[in-house]
Amino acid sequence: MTTEIITDIADAEQGSSLWHDAWLRLRKNRLALAGGIILVGFSLIALLTPWIAPYAYDAQNLELGASPPSAQHWLGTDIFGRDLLTQIMYGGRVSLAVGFVATSVALLIGVTWGAIAGYVGGKVDAVMMRLVDILYALPFMIFIVLLMVVFGRNILLLFLAIGAVEWLTMARIMRGQVQQLRQQEFVEAAISLGLPPRTIIRRHLIPNALGPIIVYTTLTIPSVMLLEAFLSFLGLGIQPPQTSWGLLISYGAETMEEFPWLLIFPGLALTITLFSLNFLGDGLRDALDVRRSKD
Amino acid sequence: MWRFIGIRLLQAIPVILAVITVTFFLVRVAPGGPFSAEKAVLPEVKAALEAQYRLDLPLFQQYTAYLGDLAQGEFGPSFKYPGRSVNELIGAGLPVTAELGFYALLVAVIIGGLAGVIAALKPNTRQDYIPMTVAMIGICMPSFLLGPLLVLIFGIYLDWLPVSGWGDIPGDKILPAITLGSAYAAYIARLSRAGMLEVMSQDYIRTARAKGLPEWQVVVKHGLRGGLIPVVTFLGPAFAGLLAGSFVVETIFQIPGLGRFYVQAAFNRDYTMILGTTVFLSTLIVLFNLLSDILAAWMNPRLRAQFGEQ
Repeated sequence: MTTEIITDIADAEQGSSLWHDAWLRLRKNRLALAGGIILVGFSLIALLTPWIAPYAYDAQNLELGASPPSAQHWLGTDIFGRDLLTQIMYGGRVSLAVGFVATSVALLIGVTWGAIAGYVGGKVDAVMMRLVDILYALPFMIFIVLLMVVFGRNILLLFLAIGAVEWLTMARIMRGQVQQLRQQEFVEAAISLGLPPRTIIRRHLIPNALGPIIVYTTLTIPSVMLLEAFLSFLGLGIQPPQTSWGLLISYGAETMEEFPWLLIFPGLALTITLFSLNFLGDGLRDALDVRRSKD
Repeated sequence: MWRFIGIRLLQAIPVILAVITVTFFLVRVAPGGPFSAEKAVLPEVKAALEAQYRLDLPLFQQYTAYLGDLAQGEFGPSFKYPGRSVNELIGAGLPVTAELGFYALLVAVIIGGLAGVIAALKPNTRQDYIPMTVAMIGICMPSFLLGPLLVLIFGIYLDWLPVSGWGDIPGDKILPAITLGSAYAAYIARLSRAGMLEVMSQDYIRTARAKGLPEWQVVVKHGLRGGLIPVVTFLGPAFAGLLAGSFVVETIFQIPGLGRFYVQAAFNRDYTMILGTTVFLSTLIVLFNLLSDILAAWMNPRLRAQFGEQ
């Protein structure tokens, strides 16, 4: 009995055991692992696209026109004779970039906002979270369409607009975490040692709330990518000459009767990515043992 | 309960006011300006136009005048098509979009709810994994991809269903409703599974079983009510999503609804039209959120008790 407890304590003292346990649990979840591997693969391809793409981005072959998959063009070509694989690789760069950058914006705003509200508490907290409640009730999808119309279809604005929408849930999660952590002895100890709030939030609160944040981040990226694809499909997102998966799907849908591969392959790229992110997110949630938030 | 409804109604007012204010000023401060003329016009014409759209007034008076219009149910004129108004387009488009949304919601609730409950009855078996994997596919397959794929398969290759239109040919409402509803069916499946799993492990379910009720009665009479609360709460946000989804689905299937009008107005940069439609749609969404909150509260005895009712 006593020895067991002692070894337990010894185990716990080895540190980072939470992350180690989580990794062990995640490794058993094959779907989540596969999702993670696919994502790393896609991200690497996106990073290296300018060097590994089979054709130049703007290379056309008007004589060839739209052709089905072949040995020269693995995924076929579009009506201008452009290689579809190359298009999808460059489109993926944009789609993934939107996903990661807009989520980072949301992460930065949401975590800061939630941490301050949860740490300071009282009236400040009430006002800050009331604002989040009000913003929650706003129909943001419509607002993003409005923003894109009013300020032109600008990719930077798209990042900001989507990021500005997605930070709300992040703020709520972070605030809940911080409120719980604040009660704990090590935080009280840090306060009584006279550490400034900035340091306490940065050194003690955020690292301890990392689990739920990681999980929610993984689940935010796919919804952001969907939003971008949705806007691009309507012609209100990414504009030519740039391309994205949403835009490629929209072109593909126009000509799908004659050239179905132009719809199917970009659609597959988007769906596989979203699938991977969602499975990885679910797997991480189980692995890090985060309580299911209300979706 | 009435107090709860009252509080929620009061909370909705600032939200709607915020929507109107933000939309109004966003449209007015747009760089280039919605009203900067594309062609040079005679000064008299310009003055007449400005008077018609109240641009000769100071900005704040324009705003209060617009609020006055809204109070009378006037959403404003179209800037690009003189003679047409937002009210007319809402009158023409709303019934269509509402019908589409209703069918989509029906698809979502019936298929999603059923799948979720079935999965929750035998967790971690094949009966759970199969519907939940399909649900995951449904979540990851956006409507703007699913729609064209369904058209390609059932409209073109199999030639079973019409590929576009609304109410012209029998069966042309099926594909749009499925396209719009499927993502929500998937979410509802996940929510109802989680909700049912939690409820079915409660003591009162054990009591119901102990008093000898057949299992289906336990599920239907005692389980569903608690287990479906998350689904009801989700219906509010789902409504907002359905409206946004209707932008895409109505564009794909060429349905003359509000969503298509909105996208067209966005393309034409018809600012007054966008303003009016945004205000209208946003108010609708806020009200629907309110309704689903009230419904969820009514279904949840704990929340009812919190507001002092037995």
